[in-house]
Amino acid sequence: MNAIRILFSLLIIRPLILIVIGISGRYRFRLPKKGPAIIVANHNSHLDTLVLMTLFPLTLTNRIRPVAAADYFLKNRFLAWFSLNIMHILPIQRNGAKKIDDLFANVHEALKNGDIVILYPEGSRGEPEKLQNYKTGIFHLGRGCPDVPIYPTFMHGLGKALPKGDFLLVPFNCNVVVGDPFYWNPQKKEFMNELNKRMTDLADEGDFPPWE
Amino acid sequence: MNHIPQGLLTVFIGIFVVLVIASIITFVLTKSKPDKNFHELVLRIKSWWIMAILFSIAILINRNISILFFAFLSFLALKEYFTLIPTKRAHRAVLFFAYLSIPVQFYWIYMQWYGMFIIFIPVYMFLLIPLVLIFIGENKGFLKSVGSVHWGMMMMLFGLSHISYLLVLPPENAVGAGGAGLILYLVVLTQGNDVAQYLWGKLLGKHKVVPKVSPNKTWEGLVGGVATTVGLAYLLAPFLTPLSPLHILFSGLIIGIGGFIGDVNISALKRDIGVKDSGTTIPGHGGVLDRIDSLTFTAPMFFHFIRYLYF
Repeated sequence: MNAIRILFSLLIIRPLILIVIGISGRYRFRLPKKGPAIIVANHNSHLDTLVLMTLFPLTLTNRIRPVAAADYFLKNRFLAWFSLNIMHILPIQRNGAKKIDDLFANVHEALKNGDIVILYPEGSRGEPEKLQNYKTGIFHLGRGCPDVPIYPTFMHGLGKALPKGDFLLVPFNCNVVVGDPFYWNPQKKEFMNELNKRMTDLADEGDFPPWE
Repeated sequence: MNHIPQGLLTVFIGIFVVLVIASIITFVLTKSKPDKNFHELVLRIKSWWIMAILFSIAILINRNISILFFAFLSFLALKEYFTLIPTKRAHRAVLFFAYLSIPVQFYWIYMQWYGMFIIFIPVYMFLLIPLVLIFIGENKGFLKSVGSVHWGMMMMLFGLSHISYLLVLPPENAVGAGGAGLILYLVVLTQGNDVAQYLWGKLLGKHKVVPKVSPNKTWEGLVGGVATTVGLAYLLAPFLTPLSPLHILFSGLIIGIGGFIGDVNISALKRDIGVKDSGTTIPGHGGVLDRIDSLTFTAPMFFHFIRYLYF
């Protein structure tokens, strides 16, 4: 399966993202060279995860683990197989978990193994190209791994290329801005404010016009 | 690989000799004046190397690879344009049709169907795009979308695709180095003209031509650039083209002046939107549009000039 993921990345994901879409990345050197690490990013499109994967070298392919909602990505057998094996997701139950710490058990496990975890704190893709408020899931996740660095990453343009609820892929050049890492903080409000500030600062780095 | 005409090979060698000289000058400059920042210049020369190598591969291997290369160039240019301009989410399907028309347009070139090549974008796509918008049914911004999408297609697709049609003109008339020779002639003169206008402007520039659109463009740069381009046109024509001496003069003038207009045309677009560079694809140059802006004008102008006279 590891080899298939690398081939899929090399033959499908990378050509699609680098040629059809086109990524201009800023501060890519800030990205972690190895795990454990948490990448938090804004979420506009199914393309987001594919783009983040292309930012890492091919040799890290099997280390990249996107956290994804079980109710959506495991809803039928084909999608579940693809999500778990090819995209290598860490499924989480968005609702119905008894204890909030159990919710992220598999994520903590992956981080212990030295994986790089991708998390979208907005929860879902939402309105394309509009930042939503970050949910506190990232705070609860961080409690179990306070020494893992968190890399804020801002992406722009992918919601234009493939917005939620649309199936037509329209190529646009997209931007990715990578931020410096920071760490979990037991003060929930402080931590969430810091995350928000870091993400808005990254968004302000580029001159991204709003989308009608 | 096809047989490569002698003239073509000579000019390609010449291009790389110029690049070597430019690299040496840059190297000497950075060493002799360490206090000055030549980062931008170094990047620019490096990008010239990459572009020259890619272009050589695209031109020298065979005709079909060249057509694919220029189709891809049109795709990059159109994508950059659509990324740059404000677009509406409701109208995104129309952008999809614009992209779809790229392979179609280049297919007409591949099959050498001149009649279709010359009317497909200006007539059929011109009529199809409003139709797509009408079926989408979102009237707000109709004129803005219909106008900006088609303008982009005319510039980045129709205009640029004229370069490729040079390849499929009847070979018996293109004595010299064939269609590939004409492309090389057009591209070298256009890019050389850009550089010459820039250098003359830096050296002597005083009187601004279009201060509101492009404050760095001066009459001294324009005249010096066009004169240099005419000179280069005379130097290269025997290697690459069937042009007579008088026609060489006109080719140089067309490319020199057309290149200037193409350049300020994209400058006006960028000013309207409020950006300095059209993108970040080519380090030291900006975006794809910053590099091919002049070609969007020189390609159709030179093509119709030479087609009328020789084909």
